[in-house]
Formats: sequence, C-alpha cells, structure tokens
Amino acid sequence: MIRVLDSGFFTSIQDAGRKRFQQFGVPQSGVMDNYASSMANAIVGNTSECAVLELTMVGPKLMFECATAITVTGANMSPKINGVLISNFVLINVCRGDVLSFAASTIGFRSYLAVSGGFKTEIVMGSRSMYKNVTSNHCVNLGDILKINATKRPIVSHAYIKYDNTYINESEILITRGPEFDFLNSAQLSVLFQKEFTISEKNNRMAYQIKELVVNQFKEIITSFVLPGTIQLTPSGQLIILMRDAQVTGGYPRVFQLTEPSINVISQKMTNHKIRFKLEDSFT
Amino acid sequence: MSDFKLQFKIYGTSSILIEWPKIISEDVLKNMLNFKEFIENNYVKQKIHIISSYNSLLVVYDKGIDNIYNEISHIESWYLSFEDKNFNTTKLWKIPVCYDLDFGLDLEDVSIRNKLSIADIVKEHTSVKYRLYFIGFLPGFLYLGGLSETLYIPRKSQPRLHVDKGSVGIGGAQTGIYPNNSPGGWNIIGKTPINLFDPKAQNPCFAQCGDQIQFYSINKAEFATLTTNMKSNSYTLENTIVHD
Repeated sequence: MIRVLDSGFFTSIQDAGRKRFQQFGVPQSGVMDNYASSMANAIVGNTSECAVLELTMVGPKLMFECATAITVTGANMSPKINGVLISNFVLINVCRGDVLSFAASTIGFRSYLAVSGGFKTEIVMGSRSMYKNVTSNHCVNLGDILKINATKRPIVSHAYIKYDNTYINESEILITRGPEFDFLNSAQLSVLFQKEFTISEKNNRMAYQIKELVVNQFKEIITSFVLPGTIQLTPSGQLIILMRDAQVTGGYPRVFQLTEPSINVISQKMTNHKIRFKLEDSFT
Repeated sequence: MSDFKLQFKIYGTSSILIEWPKIISEDVLKNMLNFKEFIENNYVKQKIHIISSYNSLLVVYDKGIDNIYNEISHIESWYLSFEDKNFNTTKLWKIPVCYDLDFGLDLEDVSIRNKLSIADIVKEHTSVKYRLYFIGFLPGFLYLGGLSETLYIPRKSQPRLHVDKGSVGIGGAQTGIYPNNSPGGWNIIGKTPINLFDPKAQNPCFAQCGDQIQFYSINKAEFATLTTNMKSNSYTLENTIVHD
C-alpha cells in the first residue's frame, strides 16, 4: 500500500487506456507520455501494460506502507526519499515507512512513478486509467490508499536500459494529414508551418489549446470521430490539440494528426512553451 | 444496393476512416451499419474493431497495420460486392421523462420562443420514434435523429455550468439526455430517472446504434418512484423488438 500525504498539483493512475469502449462514448485515456511511462515500467521490470502514477507539474508526497522497488521518469521534479534527493531513471528499493516527495518540475511537465508489479487500483472497462464518471475517482487525493503488492526481497536491476530524454525539450512537432487537411489553403499552410506557436494556459489531459489564431472560413463538419493527437481548427481560428482524455467525437475540422512520439512531446509542454509544426509524410 | 460514393482516409497510425456523403440520413446509417457488420465478418484473421458516427466508420486495427493501402483496397472491393439490406433487428426503447417545470428549466422559454404551449412541446417531443445514430461526446451520450422541426431552437447563448444528470434537452435540430452532471448549452425541457451509462455493467449503455428511442411523459410522483427503483436496481427498461 501507498498512503497519499499530499496529492500534488494533479496526480492520477494511468495505464495503456481503454481501447475498445469508444462506441459507448468513453475516451481512451491512458498515460500522456507513453515513452516516459514505458521506460518507468521497464526499469522496475514490469510489462508495459502495468499502471503507473502520472504526476503533473508538482508531484505528490507518498508514504510506502510496504517494501517495493520504484523509479521516476519523464519530467524532473527533484524526487526525494526521506528528504534525500534521488535521480530519475534509477531503480530504487524502498522500505515500509519511507516517504517519497517531489518539488515543482524544472524540466518537462509530467513525471511517471512505477512500482514493482504496477499499481493495483480498480479496473473499469479493462483499464485502471482514472477518468471522471468511469472510475470512482478521477485523480489521486490526499488520504487515498493506493494498492500495490509488496516485494519480498530487494529487486536488482539486471538490464541496462538506454533512454533518451532529449525529446522533453523538443519544440518541433511532427504531424501527418488529418481527415480535413485539404480544407487548408496555401496561405494557411504557410502560417501553420512557418510560424511559431505558443501553448495557452488551457492545457490538460483532454486538450492543449494554442494561443495564436489561424484565420479561416471553415464550416463545422458533421460530428465525427476524433483521436488523441488530432488537431482541430475551429471557425474562430483556435487550434486545439486533443490529448488522451479527449472526447471520442467532435464537430471541428481535423486538420492535423500528431505522430505518436509527438503526443509524448506535447505531454511535456506547459503554458507559454513554444512549438513548431512539421509535416511528416510517412506514407509517401 | 451499395450506391454511395465512399471516401477512404488514413487516420492516425492504426485506423482507416470511411466516409459516406456528408448528410445525416437513415439511409446512410443503415448502409453504414450493414457494411460495418460485413467488414467485421470478413476480417477473421486480424483483430479489428469498428465504431460508427453519423456518416463515417472508423476501422481500428488493434495490433497496428502493416500495409494500410492493402487494407483500404480490400475494404473498397468489399463495398462493391456488398449487398445492402434493411436494418437488422433493432429495439424500440421507451424512456420515461418528467416534463415538470421543476426539471424543465427552459420549458417556459422554449414555449415563448417557439410559440408552442408546454403541452404541445411535450406532445411534439414524445410523438417521435428517434433513431440512435451513435454514442459519443460524453460516456453514454446518445446522438438522436428525428426531432420535430417545431422544436428546432438555437442553443443557449450562455451555456449552464451545471446541468443535472438525466436532463433532457433540445438544441439546434437535436435532442438528447445528459448522462452525467456536466456543463451544457442545450435548452432543458425535462428529466429522466433512467441511468444512461453504467461503466461497471457488462453492457455499459442499454441501446445500440440503429435502435429507436421514444420518450413518454411521467409525473413527479412517478419520477420519484422510478428514481428509488433505479437506486435499488429493481427497474428494467422496457423495449420492444422492431422489424423494419
């Protein structure tokens, strides 16, 4: 068990998400930064489906009520065990009574905490990913008890796991054509691919909005599917990058689709960060 | 007859978007749902799942796609050999709604704007068998077609920050039910005690795409009784099988 002494800014349990429930209007959810969470699971010897804790901007304060092995990946929130700084991407065995705390992120926006065997919180519709009106809680709160299995003996890291954390500061966002890409005229395309764009303060697990407007005369489309990574362009010129908790359908033109690695990059962005779009044509 | 002109698009890394003409119609829905079933029956080796919306299907390849153009040409050729038929057996669901002013927060406003008495609003809203096109937007949110033109009304200029779970609304040419408490811009005309979405149930939503929905009016006492029955799980929603 892990006791939550402080919930941090926004902390939730996430795994690979719900893949087959969009027909009921249920978002996919799941980890925002799939790369960082896969690394975390690999370091503690878990399969990639194991549930991890996703931390946002300022991490929580947690007390371990059993022994386990942990690691922290993704953004750097200066994790400490019993007040002593630890490094990201390192396997650490913790004991009953140890306290893990975090500060505000200095690099990146989302960190992942993996524990040996993964978090064993409730499964709803095939996933432990927290989402409002699907799981009992939509985030981790002060006083929560998070179920994990105790390790019987300390875990030794066998494999050397290679990781590359440079994507966290990447500003180039690779995109492919969205279903309504052809709505864009050459003037709009040159704006989209030549200008720098700024992440607005409206950013969360559902969507990231962009500050700069892209003038257009598009009509709304008949409500159709949207996916995590879809970029919508509204009639008012708002660019909306849909993320893992995005609703399953939408009525705005879907001009771009982020590549999977670029969804991870966006997940590490926060208000006022700058990005540029680049077309990746993998199918030509 | 499979005589719609379809468009095929790659969408994301592992799905194909199939688009029907840009119209909302029962003919498109029927053709689309039947073709969906046809594709599901043809994919025996690959794991796929298909979701539908007003005029498009999304074929999702659970393990990714090796050669997307191959898959597109398969599906294209299947559409040529596919023979459309009537709707599969569908169900007609009867949904109780209390159109009391305590629940129908915008009933009086709709009555003035659309020049209908409240009794007429209820009559117009309950006389139609609505077609369920798909479930989207929020978990358990039903996209229904068939609203009487007399009830067409713009969405509220100031959306409410809180709309109660079960609230029945109209907006534009659409009607629907809020499956959970949420913000919302539709004009609220009543409330149902029925639970539209249960994430822990085997079948999280009672209705399926293509089914029909009809509302019937209940009073506040019946609303209270049904709410109690819903809470104790002693209520089963009525449905009848429809053969088109």
